[in-house]
Amino acid sequence: MTNPAIGDLAQTQPGTSLWQDAWLRLRRNRLALVGLIILLLFIFIAAVTPWIAPYGYAQQDLELGAAPPSAAHWLGTDIFGRDLLTQIMFGGRISLAVGFVATAVALLIGITWGAIAGYMGGRVDAVMMRLVDIIYALPFMIFIILLMVVFGRNMLLLFLAIGAVEWLTMARIMRSQVQSLRQQEFVEAAVSLGLPTATIIRRHLIPNALGPIIVYTTLTVPSVMLLEAFLSFLGLGVQPPETSWGLLISYGAESMEEYPWLLLFPGLALTLTLFSLNFLGDGLRDALDVRGAKD
Amino acid sequence: MLRFIGFRLLQALPVLLVVITVTFFLIRVAPGGPFDSEKAVIPEVQAALEAQYRLNLTLFQQYTAYLGDLFHGDFGPSFKYPGRSVNELIAAGFPVTAELAFYALLVALTIGGIAGIVASLKPNSAQDYIPMSVAMIGICMPSLLLGPILILLFGIYLDWLPVSGWGDSPGDKILPAITLGSAYAAYIARLSRAGMLEVMSQDYIRTARAKGLPEWQVVSRHALRGGMIPVVAFLVLAFAGLLSGSFVVETIFQIPGLGRFYVQAAFNRDYTMILGSTIFLATLIVFFNLLSDILAAWMNPRLRDQMRAL
Amino acid sequence: MLKVQHLSVSFVTRLGANKAVDNVTFSVESGKITAIIGESGSGKSVACCSLLGLIPSPPGLIEGGRALFDGKDLTKLNEAQLRKIRGRDIAMVFQDPMTCLNPYMTIGDQLTESLRYHQKIRRTEARRRAIELLQEVGIREPASTIDSYPHQFSGGMRQRVMIAMALINEPKLLIADEPTTALDVTIQAQILQLLADLQKRRDIGILFISHDLAVIADIADQIVVMQEGKVVETGTRSEIFHNAQHPYTQRLLAAIPTGGKEIASPESESLIQIRDLCTWFQHSNAPVKAVDGVNFDIYRGEVLGLVGESGSGKSTIGRSILRLVNVTSGQIIFDGLDVTALRPHELKKLRRRMQFIFQDPFASLNPRMTVYETLSEPLLLHRIENRSTVAASVLRLMDNVGLARGFARKYPHEFSGGQRQRIAIGRAVATRPEFIVADEPVSALDVTIQAQILELMRELGREYGLTMLFISHDLAVVRQLADRIIVLQAGKVVEQASTRDLFAQPQKAYTRQLLQSIPGRGLLKGDVAGG
Repeated sequence: MTNPAIGDLAQTQPGTSLWQDAWLRLRRNRLALVGLIILLLFIFIAAVTPWIAPYGYAQQDLELGAAPPSAAHWLGTDIFGRDLLTQIMFGGRISLAVGFVATAVALLIGITWGAIAGYMGGRVDAVMMRLVDIIYALPFMIFIILLMVVFGRNMLLLFLAIGAVEWLTMARIMRSQVQSLRQQEFVEAAVSLGLPTATIIRRHLIPNALGPIIVYTTLTVPSVMLLEAFLSFLGLGVQPPETSWGLLISYGAESMEEYPWLLLFPGLALTLTLFSLNFLGDGLRDALDVRGAKD
Repeated sequence: MLRFIGFRLLQALPVLLVVITVTFFLIRVAPGGPFDSEKAVIPEVQAALEAQYRLNLTLFQQYTAYLGDLFHGDFGPSFKYPGRSVNELIAAGFPVTAELAFYALLVALTIGGIAGIVASLKPNSAQDYIPMSVAMIGICMPSLLLGPILILLFGIYLDWLPVSGWGDSPGDKILPAITLGSAYAAYIARLSRAGMLEVMSQDYIRTARAKGLPEWQVVSRHALRGGMIPVVAFLVLAFAGLLSGSFVVETIFQIPGLGRFYVQAAFNRDYTMILGSTIFLATLIVFFNLLSDILAAWMNPRLRDQMRAL
Repeated sequence: MLKVQHLSVSFVTRLGANKAVDNVTFSVESGKITAIIGESGSGKSVACCSLLGLIPSPPGLIEGGRALFDGKDLTKLNEAQLRKIRGRDIAMVFQDPMTCLNPYMTIGDQLTESLRYHQKIRRTEARRRAIELLQEVGIREPASTIDSYPHQFSGGMRQRVMIAMALINEPKLLIADEPTTALDVTIQAQILQLLADLQKRRDIGILFISHDLAVIADIADQIVVMQEGKVVETGTRSEIFHNAQHPYTQRLLAAIPTGGKEIASPESESLIQIRDLCTWFQHSNAPVKAVDGVNFDIYRGEVLGLVGESGSGKSTIGRSILRLVNVTSGQIIFDGLDVTALRPHELKKLRRRMQFIFQDPFASLNPRMTVYETLSEPLLLHRIENRSTVAASVLRLMDNVGLARGFARKYPHEFSGGQRQRIAIGRAVATRPEFIVADEPVSALDVTIQAQILELMRELGREYGLTMLFISHDLAVVRQLADRIIVLQAGKVVEQASTRDLFAQPQKAYTRQLLQSIPGRGLLKGDVAGG
């Protein structure tokens, strides 16, 4: 190993970074890997649905009506004779979009809020986090319903409303990350080297705060999707002619006695996605060695 | 201790005021009034109705009058059912919802707590994997899916239990309680497992073992207390969450609770009902949050001292 | 009384078996103290814990050997039989009294539970015995404090409670696993005295596990030296201290800080002047006066030792000088510049001239940066090197701090503690600063590594012509490096003197107490406090 003659960096042996380490650990976690693959598959299908869907989205076959799975309709049809697979594929586009877009909204607000509170500290921090505590204490499901009632059932609002309640946890995690990292000696060392604040944040804080953020992003997506499903199920979320998995389940539940497949297949799609996201999130948590997130 | 509670109660008041104010004005912003859909009404009747709902006053006068009513515990009349007050609707719906939430919590705590503790005693063994996999199913199988499936299975195919109603026929409370409690059972299982694992790796557990105490005493005397603090804190919050989160289950099983009323009110644009129940539930939740904090602090001697000193 | 013969313990995982304890033999006599000495990873704790079935199993597994206690072989007993011995015949005291007591139970409940479990006596009687014992280990007013919770005691008092807890069933053997490592030096001296007294009075055998030969120098009868799972040498105290045979034992002995450095001719030009320095931290009600009106000078080219126990404010002074914390009032003049009044760009220029070495080499390096990235950062920042020349400069720097060049692209987690501290030192000297604050730079390291790092700092100090503020809780360590020493207590300067004078003629009572608390001073020849 020791070679005093080495005069060039390129001749040295590369080390294993913590990211590489985490990736190795994640690869060994089979459930998380399966979750990742299913998730990527679903996202891919959702992206190309308009081109690969077996039937048109609005295409009906009133003569056929509700039919069980067959060669022509792999997952059967609903009472209007619409192909269920097509419906699920289009519904998935909305469900996944809500999940990811609302999470992105939550991520943006939460990280900014938490980072500012954690970095400023003192009174600013106290006021900002007190506000988070207050909103935390509110019945947010009720608030989303309230917002949907007041502003009408509009998709963009749904993204914003869900994002606006889900950012709280993210802000708390980010704040505690920034706070604990600020006290780390390597950050103090960077300060005493005279590094500018922007460089300290970019090179020393962010890479080390990223792990927990990645994990909780992965775990926020399923809870957002669940929220959308709840609202749509109650008729307060996605509205026809659009559809989502929550809405499909709600229709399926109405006629499950006669046509159980209308409940089971959309339910399966939703459950499978939630499983994948949760297993991936748990796997990432172990791989990135993120411990309890409560402050 | 009393000062701590008093302090927190004082902090809660402005929170509630903000909730009331925001909700009140949000509702006023909402498009459409309560009588829009009806046919043309005689002007006198319209005026009488407007007077009853104080729509003839300015917005600010309405607001202060409403605050005054709230102070006396009066949520005002319902927009949709002019004969009934919001208080009556809440009084009718809340006990049902509370009972449902209580049973659901019982289900969640029993199943989740036992599963979590059992799993934590032998981590990374079958005794751990099996209950935790079941818990994962509980998290990923939302009530909007679990409810219909349970109905299909136990209500229709097997015909063991009634599929709707509340207190109408024997056993009709079982399926809703399980449906509502399952997700919480799963969370409690994960929470108690994590809490117990954390505590069991502490040095003082090794001290207890070094004293020669048998394992069940080590767990029951030394580990349970610390390991269950997060669960207890969560239970209180969960109860608040159940109270305000039973819309779906009440809708699926057609239970005449507050959640169903709320959803119906949202569809009917019954603004006073929405306003009243939002404030009612927010107050409850703020209160339960406070209770959760106090309980968690009370169970930890160190925090207890800090509270006394306050 | 306890005879351990050819004990082997392995940790068996999927990746293979790791032999933690390999064919270890030792014994403890009744009424005597046997000490097991070894650095981290030597298997000393595993060996003792495995006797009582206190290692996690699996993966821990006793592979062979015997451990005879009272005619029984402990390794052959099942869990139920071991439980009868644990806490009753053999009791244990652990390292960190902060975490070893259950925070949710009163100390009375914790004291009496093993008494009531093993001896089945009544509650009131158990309580009476507990109070007596608390009195004996030096807890004041035991009748009322018995109902307190652990957090209401200081660290030293908690360790006394732990000792009382271990003794409550009048065991024949006490296993003490680094019982003083987490404590301040003066408290350490008291606890060691207490253990020695109790052992004589009660005629029990003690198995004392420690990483530090000096700690057990005054009390051990028999010493067992372990390295990498094996016993390398066993002997009486005087055999080990005066006639050590094995090279590893000799290395350990050599690592005990003894003697001082030869004092350089005193220089009078001061590089740093500290005037009325106050650094207070805002706490809920009253401010915590971490540093409270401190005055001293640091002369060019000297090593100034700053000594004090936890809470004395020694670290805060170091951080104040480098403006890592905000100063409440007072002045810090560095080469004519008032550090407390500098604007950001002036401060940046100054940062090149003064650097910090932290205590914990695990926390002071960014885990996501390679050695190369860590070391090149200051060089590029202060434009000492440019992108094309920096690599060669980093490699030279690695030579200087004794790191193989081949490690340049490795990450911190791939290094040992001592190597990490070398990286941190390299980062600190990269800009060729004039002044360095070293805050407990060796206290997180094993003793033999400690000696190497101190040697490195001494060499670099000479080579770079450094002025250094060396902060430590350990007078014996400071003595090796420092020309002058300042003793701090509760944010105030107690005494300052040249190293030689301070050790020869301490003026203040607190300084004398600190000197007397230095472990092992009795055995080390002609060494401390006026010989």
